[in-house]
Amino acid sequence: MTLSFALEDRTNDQRKPDMDVIDISKLKHARPLHLGRLATAAVLLAAGAYIVYAFAVGTIDWPVVGEYMFSERIMRGAVTTVVISVIAMAIGIVIGILTAIARSSRNMVLSSAAMFYTWLFRGAPMILQLLIWYNLALVFPTIGIPGLWEAKTVVVMTPLAATLIALSLNQGAYTSEIIRSGMLAVDIGQYEAAKSIGMTYSDTLRRIILPQAMRVVVPPLGNEFIGLLKVTALASIIGFGELLGTAQDIYYSNAKIMEMLFVATIWYLVIVSLLSVVQMWIEKRFARGFANSGRHG
Amino acid sequence: MKPLVSAVRLGKKFGDHQVLHDINIDIMPGEVVCIVGPSGSGKTTFLRCINQLETIEMGALYLDGELTGYRVENDVVHRLTDKEIARQRRITGMVFQRFNLFPHMTALENVMEGPTRVLRQDRQAARDTAMGLLARVGLGDRADAFPNNLSGGQQQRVAIARALAMQPRLMLFDEPTSALDAELVGEVLGVMRDVAATGMTMVIVTHELNFAREVADKIVFMADGRVVETGPPEQVLENPQEARTKAFLAAVVSKKQDAA
Repeated sequence: MTLSFALEDRTNDQRKPDMDVIDISKLKHARPLHLGRLATAAVLLAAGAYIVYAFAVGTIDWPVVGEYMFSERIMRGAVTTVVISVIAMAIGIVIGILTAIARSSRNMVLSSAAMFYTWLFRGAPMILQLLIWYNLALVFPTIGIPGLWEAKTVVVMTPLAATLIALSLNQGAYTSEIIRSGMLAVDIGQYEAAKSIGMTYSDTLRRIILPQAMRVVVPPLGNEFIGLLKVTALASIIGFGELLGTAQDIYYSNAKIMEMLFVATIWYLVIVSLLSVVQMWIEKRFARGFANSGRHG
Repeated sequence: MKPLVSAVRLGKKFGDHQVLHDINIDIMPGEVVCIVGPSGSGKTTFLRCINQLETIEMGALYLDGELTGYRVENDVVHRLTDKEIARQRRITGMVFQRFNLFPHMTALENVMEGPTRVLRQDRQAARDTAMGLLARVGLGDRADAFPNNLSGGQQQRVAIARALAMQPRLMLFDEPTSALDAELVGEVLGVMRDVAATGMTMVIVTHELNFAREVADKIVFMADGRVVETGPPEQVLENPQEARTKAFLAAVVSKKQDAA
């Protein structure tokens, strides 16, 4: 038996036409059943449905969750969390870039100072740093620049100030290592090419190295931001009114503990989801020149 | 006429290992010099010393009569600042083996970067010059392409345009065709031939002996970190005096025959 349709297409084929040839594109393809996938999906769906059901019929007052979801206090807490995270992250990135540059400097004093900073603020637990900044008045009753400006530490070091300082400095330490790894990922030839057209070191960093490093560091920085967003919850222990602290304040008075915790959880998830969209947008921006370079497996 | 590049008893060490010994070379304005030799001979290192991508430890190197990298005051040598070194580099342009284009910028932006950032040229003027240079290297229609979307030969031609945009008086080429597929070598050599025809002073580290024979005014043969033989191409390549040069040329010729 010969397949005539296959032979018609074999204009350049010198083989004998009586060969039994096939063309797989002309044949019907069997569909795999993927029984394993179906079974896994069924199990997961069942487990998920059971958990949802359990919570739905459990002793949770769902209407209360709905009622507080968009209450003014909760919303203010959520906004505070986002704003403080954005500011701390922004300061953290600036500190991180400066520290990373100082760390890679030939100037031993600068690089040692950068190393010491990273070691100190990465090493001490976040919660400890919050408490130390908040209680700084115990060590320094007044702070300021001698002769220029002075103030009582208790007045200056509000929960907001302590939270902002603690989060920024801690974030700067982590960010500096991420930025540094990004800078190390840029080919040494890029520094040389920039030098060869007479660029100064600072121009080279700003125009050539950092933009390329950013492409690599955006995903880990997104991770860091999500971490930071959640770490703000720790600031509730020094009485800072962020999202979790606000939720706790409310359940101290109405005793709807799980309900309020759910409200906070949902808000954290919503914020993180929005953030992923922002991250995708930023990644796209820094992918300039690297699109369609075939990194899709 | 004074030499544009003058190396005097130049020596270079990497740690304890001395890679360049007693290099004495003068390159006159308008001269095209090809440096050839086996790998590990120090030819690329010497080229990189000219625009101070490497520091030298012995002797001295003068660019247009000016001592590079250092300043001497009362018999005491002071290292120049990065800024002063950047200024000295400006009379040189460099083309790298691996192109080293800035991947986050288009071909046009690559060429414009130096003139706008370093020479502080007006953007529109820099753009016009850059477009002219891209047209000159045959890439007028690829100005908006990113390096990753260009072939190796095209990238190297953009790199040549980028170096020319700084209006250098001396062009340095570090094995500009070694990273290219064989069929792309010709287009890059063609552009280099055009640059040479404008009277540009050029120092080229290359393995392309036919090209060297054709464009070079002077061939410098290096081996083991030393200059072994210097002279016009017909002398060094056709009638070498030193055993080391003869051995190298014989090896290259037999390799070519194997390939053919």
